[in-house]
Amino acid sequence: MSGLIKSSIARKVVMALSGLFLVIFLVLHVTINLASVISPEFFNEASHFMGYNPLVQFIMQPILIAGVIVHFVMGFVLELQNKAARGIGYVKYKGSANAPWVSRNMIYSGLVILAFLGLHFYDFWIHEMAYKYVEANPEDPTRYYAETVEKFAPFWRTILYVVSFVLLSLHLWHGFASSFQSMGVNNKYTPGMKSFTKLFAVIVPLAFAFIAIYHHLNPITH
Amino acid sequence: MKIYLKIWRQKDVDSKGKIVDYTLNNVESDMSFLEMLDVLNEDLVAKGEEPVEFDHDCREGICGTCSLMINGQPHGPDRLITVCQLHMRSFNDGDTIVIEPFRAKAFPVIKDLIVDRTAFDRIQQAGGYISVNTSGNPVDANAIPIKKHVADKAMDAATCIGCGACVAACKNASAMLFTSAKVSQFALLPQGRVEATERVQNMVRQMDLEGFGNCTNTGACEVECPKGISLENIARMNREYLSAAVEG
Repeated sequence: MSGLIKSSIARKVVMALSGLFLVIFLVLHVTINLASVISPEFFNEASHFMGYNPLVQFIMQPILIAGVIVHFVMGFVLELQNKAARGIGYVKYKGSANAPWVSRNMIYSGLVILAFLGLHFYDFWIHEMAYKYVEANPEDPTRYYAETVEKFAPFWRTILYVVSFVLLSLHLWHGFASSFQSMGVNNKYTPGMKSFTKLFAVIVPLAFAFIAIYHHLNPITH
Repeated sequence: MKIYLKIWRQKDVDSKGKIVDYTLNNVESDMSFLEMLDVLNEDLVAKGEEPVEFDHDCREGICGTCSLMINGQPHGPDRLITVCQLHMRSFNDGDTIVIEPFRAKAFPVIKDLIVDRTAFDRIQQAGGYISVNTSGNPVDANAIPIKKHVADKAMDAATCIGCGACVAACKNASAMLFTSAKVSQFALLPQGRVEATERVQNMVRQMDLEGFGNCTNTGACEVECPKGISLENIARMNREYLSAAVEG
């Protein structure tokens, strides 16, 4: 078992599985967020459910946070190993001749996403934890839409979010299909999977960016 | 053609190397790249200087001995060839060419452009073989029917010449393409299935012990491989490894 944990292949499988788990979460996240544009009432209901359902709060949320931590800690471990494996670097290295930029710079797109998660957690998660558990406010199933729209009032925050979604797109562009290769799946469905990955990597971050820009441009007028 | 060369010179494994500039005035476009280096070395010897050490053997693209990083690409800018098959017609008069050894911690530089690739030998020795009864009455390999496309895939994997271009090209200095080709050539055939579980576990363990990096699926290895070994082999090795782990 210890041999398996130390193995490069097992570590890549951990990256792939945690990555795919986060991809599934993204689908759920973007679906609920889209509701904030279409139906504020439904958005409030869904957000309240996610915020107060014990299964979501105490089982799914810790699993999600663990998934994020595993993905980026393993990413750092692999990156450090990879840097060490080269030893002395090349004077001239033409990486662009044989591999796309996105695949060679997953650590940088990942670091931007990690920094964004810091801001995102500060904006929503810490605020939510403080509201519920520190300030011990009573349940209010109608507050989420206004809180979300208000967050996107500052131009700087909207821009930071949109830039992060561009980097998320680049990360997904390589990472999604790549996770199947890491798990040993490379067959007649692979070209289709790669096409789907590119579609997914554009549509999901574009939807997130659209929601941020929409709320920035459509503030609640009192 | 006039060619400006920037070549990595390193006295021995313990010395610190550096790039040294050379100029060659009479390079013919039909020279092979290695012949161009031969001309340089003749000049250096005539001047009483130490010639540039580089690996070469068959000069026919089949032995996998030559190993140069040329302008940032293993085996130079052309596809599906080794350095010995690269010709000076791929360059222009007045070009500057940077020549470096394949870089990986697991491939220490022995001298100048020569690296120690015995790490590959040790991976091969860890499981890249089948145990065959050689008592005098072995079963003919052709007696076992094998589907054509499966035999082709095994043969494709077996064309790996172990040159190390995959490691040199990979941003992580990963040896996954080499190891996976050696695993695949046996894993695909019935004769190789007998020891398949131990083979993949032992070869991957040795690969990791040698200090090669991890695979990021960039595909650089596949592009730079002079034999066009496919990434499918890496996926196959991952499958073999995971099913071996399940088997215990």
